[in-house]
Order: sequence, then C-alpha cells, then structure tokens
Amino acid sequence: MSEVTDKEKAKTAEMKPAAVGPDVDLAAYSAEAEEHAEIQGLKGLSNEVKGRAVTVGIDAEEACRSGSFFQVDHSVIFSSAYRSGLEVMSTTAALKKYDWLGDYWWKAVQVDADKFTAQAELKRNHGYFLRALPGARAEFPLQACLYMSREGLAQNVHNIIIAEEGSELHIITGCTTAPKVRTGLHVGISEFYVKKNALVTFTMIHNWAEDVAVRPRTGAIVEENGVFMSNYICMRPVRTLQMYPTAYCTGENATVRSNTILFAPEGSHMDVGFNVFLRAKGSRAEVVARAISKGGHIVTRGHLTGEVPGIKAHLECRGLILSENGTILAIPELDGRASGVDMSHEAAVGKIAEEEIQYLMARGLTGEEATAAIVRGFLDVEIKGLPEHLKREIKGALKMGGEEKRLL
Amino acid sequence: MIEIRNLSVSVEGKTILNGVNLHIRQGETIVLFGPNGSGKTSLLKAIMGIPQYRVESGNIIYRGQEITKCSIDERARLGIGMAFQRPPAVRGVRLEAMLRICMEKAGAFKEERIHETAEKLNCVDFLDRDVNVGFSGGEIKRSELVQLLAQDPDFVMLDEPDSGVDLVNINLVGKAINELLGKDKKEDRRTKEGLIITHAGHILDYVNADRAYVMLNGTVTSSGNPRDILEDIRAKGYEECARCLR
Repeated sequence: MSEVTDKEKAKTAEMKPAAVGPDVDLAAYSAEAEEHAEIQGLKGLSNEVKGRAVTVGIDAEEACRSGSFFQVDHSVIFSSAYRSGLEVMSTTAALKKYDWLGDYWWKAVQVDADKFTAQAELKRNHGYFLRALPGARAEFPLQACLYMSREGLAQNVHNIIIAEEGSELHIITGCTTAPKVRTGLHVGISEFYVKKNALVTFTMIHNWAEDVAVRPRTGAIVEENGVFMSNYICMRPVRTLQMYPTAYCTGENATVRSNTILFAPEGSHMDVGFNVFLRAKGSRAEVVARAISKGGHIVTRGHLTGEVPGIKAHLECRGLILSENGTILAIPELDGRASGVDMSHEAAVGKIAEEEIQYLMARGLTGEEATAAIVRGFLDVEIKGLPEHLKREIKGALKMGGEEKRLL
Repeated sequence: MIEIRNLSVSVEGKTILNGVNLHIRQGETIVLFGPNGSGKTSLLKAIMGIPQYRVESGNIIYRGQEITKCSIDERARLGIGMAFQRPPAVRGVRLEAMLRICMEKAGAFKEERIHETAEKLNCVDFLDRDVNVGFSGGEIKRSELVQLLAQDPDFVMLDEPDSGVDLVNINLVGKAINELLGKDKKEDRRTKEGLIITHAGHILDYVNADRAYVMLNGTVTSSGNPRDILEDIRAKGYEECARCLR
C-alpha cells in the first residue's frame, strides 16, 4: 500500500477548497472525542441512540439485517456479519487483516481532491469495510451507522465496500447526531468496487442537526454486468451539505442508478449531485433527483459522460419550491464524447400547480391535505431493483416523524 | 335541490357568464347543451367554487344553503361532486389513492370497495397509474366517473362524460351515471341531482334526463325536453334552436 504517498498527496491538498459548495473552516471543529465502549449487539444501544438511529433506517433489533456496523464519534462500538460470505469490520481492522486492501484505498476517490479528502486521510477515524465474497447473496441488507455524539466534533471516516464477482450486497447507511448536538463536521469517504456480475444497492439516509456541515466523498467502480444503485435521502435540516458522488462504468453493460431525495428547510444549504462516466459499451446510467425547498437553498447537479458508442444515460431532476425564500438551482449536464451515445435529460423547477390542488379539493381534501398528497407523491420515486422490504423501509423513513406535516 | 340565481362570473376580468338562472329540483337530472365557448364548463366550475371563476353577482343556493362564498372542499363536503372534462395530471398520486381519498372523505372507506368500484368502469388495470398521467381520452372519462362513484356526491356534475369514450365503454359509463344519480329508484324517490354537459348527446341514449337547457354566450337561453332540443339543435343549429324555443 502506498500510504506514504497517499499522506504526502493529502498534505498538498490540506488547504484546497472543494470544487463546488460553500467553504468550511476545518479548524472550527475538534478532533478529540472520548472513547466509547464496545457493545455486544445493537440491542445494547441506549434508548436515546436507538431513537435517533431508527430515523436513518438503522434497526437496533437487527431482525431483518445480515450484519451491522456502528461507530460513535471515533469509536467502532459494534461490527458483525450474520451471514456466511459477508464481512463487516472497521477499515482499520480490514487494513490490518488484508494486505491487498491498499489496491482499493483511494482508487475510486482521489486523496488530494480537496481538503476534506485530505483530512480523511490525515486524521482518519475508522469507517466501515463491507464485503461480499464471490457469489455471496444476502436477502437482507447490511446496516451501518455513523453517529456523532460530541458537540463540535469532526468525524472523518473512510469506508470501503467490495462486492466480489457474482455477489449481491444490499446496504443501508444512516448518519446522524445525538439529540443534544447542534454543530459538527462529518467527512465520509466511500469507495465502492462492484465486480463482474455483482449487484450493490446502497441506501444512505442522513438526519443531521441544524448547524452540522457534511462533506461525503464517494466513488464507485462498476465492472462488466455489474449494477450499482445508490439512493440518498436527506429530509432534515443541515447547515451545509455538499456531495457529488462519481461512478465509473468500466465494464461492458455496467449499470448505475441513482435516486436522490432532498428537503431543505430555511437555513439549510444542500449541494448534491451525481456524476457518471460511461466508459464501456452497453453501460447504462439513470440519475434521478427530487428536491423540495421550504426556504432552504438547493443545488442539484447531474453530469453524465458518454465516452464510447452504445451507451445509454438519462438524467432527471424535478424541484418544488414551497416557500418564497427557497431556491433550487438544477444543473443537468450531458457530455457526449462519441457518436452513437444515447443521452437525455429533463429538469423542471416550480411550485405545485394550483389546478392540481383544486382538483384534489374537489374530491373533499382541504388545501393543506391536497398539498401534502401532492408532495408525498412527488417524493415517491419508483426505486427499481430494490427488494420489496427495502422499498417499504425507505418509504417508512420518508414518513418518519410526520414528514408531510413538516413540509407544509 | 340547487338554484342558480342571476349568476354572473368573470375570469381574469372578462365576463363569461352573464345572469345565469337555473333550477334543478330534488332527484332531477338536467342536460346542458351549447356550442364550444358558450360557458357550460365555466358554469360547472363556478358551481364547484374554482377561485379563478369569480362570482361578480348572483347566488348559488344548494339545498337551501347559500354556498356562493364556500371553498371548493367545503362544497365537496356538502355533497357536490364534479367529473372534469380536462382534469390535470397529478404525478405521484395514483388512481387507487384517489379512490381511497374520495371514500375516506365520504366516510365510506372499505378496502374491498376500491377494486369493486374500479371494476364497474373497467379501471382496474390503471389503478396503480398516476391520475391522468398518460391517460387516453376515454380513460380520463372513466377515471373521473370512478372517482365520483367513490365520492358518492348528492349533486353530480358531469362535463362531457361521453366524449372520447369508445362503444365498448360507453355502456359502462351510462350505467355508472345511472348509479350515481340513483336512477334505479322510482322517480319520486330519487334524491340526487344531476347536471350533465353533453356536446353530441350520445349519453342520452343511456341516461334519462328530465330537462335540457341551452347556453349561448354565457347565458341560458332556453329549456325544454332533452330529446326535442337535441333534435332541434341537430336540425337547425344552436342559434336557431335558441330562438324557436325562447
């Protein structure tokens, strides 16, 4: 592993701002956190932690889970896989266990991309390693929770996810803060490796506090006939969230699908995109975003690059502005670099059509109920390819805490 | 019973209904004829309370209650229902969800009723589609009627329920309208009122109407037996028909 080189590269980027999004002062956050004791299972979590974790799809009962990983601040308090063929551990443990992990370390994300990737390398606090061995298939998802319990903390994690040939891996990741926490910084590097004929579905749900800054950095390499599906949901206030995951379809017929659902109340700034490079014949990408602003500012980006003939890619972004001060900037970009690419996009930003509200009112709904029904429908993105119970869980996460009422 | 008294309505400052008088007695079904742009749809929308159809003067009295200033949903809850001619597409809200909403609001929700009701109008296949998104003309008509069956209003307004409906489905549409209006009951036992806009009059082959009105230029010009009026319109055109029946 070229750790020295990685560290050296990181040092050159320590002051480098991100390519997009508001800057964040790294010095404003503390690197120090007390150690948290390990637990024997997620049932051992306190009720307070369980209560927060459930809002981001983490089931403390682990009834329908193939394994769990739980990190509080800088401590990995639990990691275990319940199915053969699956591995769940901290990346720290995985680096010790597997010499070859260096072949995957900073290979899907650049270590010197910006000061956040640099910080993740220079001040890393674990992160999770999830792996499905060749041919392994688990019906139930693995779940991973990154939890911040200390006010003003910077949590820097580096996650590696590997689906070996012919395997199938479903993952739910929830990131959240303790109820008392108001401010903090979360930097999360996630590198996905989807091998030949493998399938990865990755559903990430965020529930931060009003003054938290969030900078995930994600890369995915998808090989021949591999499928990578990414779902991201952020329905709660956050001071600043900026992420622009990039997926590379490197093998023939590789497929990437992404669904993003954002709700930005006043005071929240969300800059979220998805970037796909289609580098092999027959590769496919579908990037869908739904954004609702109720006074917050949203930038929703999408960039598709078709590098070879015979690829197909579609980008869709729809935004609803529900209050006067809200803004949504949709930036869909198509970059065709060969003849014979098939790429399209559609984007629409607006308010709910009065005519639709009136139509529902004519069926007896009040104006508020009609608006809620339309908003609920707007967020109901058809997520193809997910197991039914996962779809239900995602819908459940959207409903959690009476979302519809908060939206009005 | 519904009474429209000297109703004048404007849209964006332009008068589109001018002194309309209309009286529908309890249990009665009225047909409204008129050329395109005569104000038929505007009248239905004004009765439903769509705010863009601004009442400048006159009154709408429904079962003894002045409803001219009531909101759309208040009118719906009082028992007024409408099948729209060109309803908006509502992305994300499936027809099944609409039926559920209609039944819940009418206080008559039963899970099995959704399927039963949809079957009556051959709508089962598109229950899981978003309402009016990509619906054909005929599907829209059936979807509107199936929603009304779920809603079960006391005063039923239908805006061209027969246009665009194929021969196979027009029979279902007719049956549904008769059910909505309680036509299976004896005349003196009927309690529901109906106001039906029809352009070509096909629906009269399936639904008995008690009287017809003709609208021209935002005003009701004449009334009479539906079949006589339809024949006159076919033979002489709207202008002539309005004159001879005045």
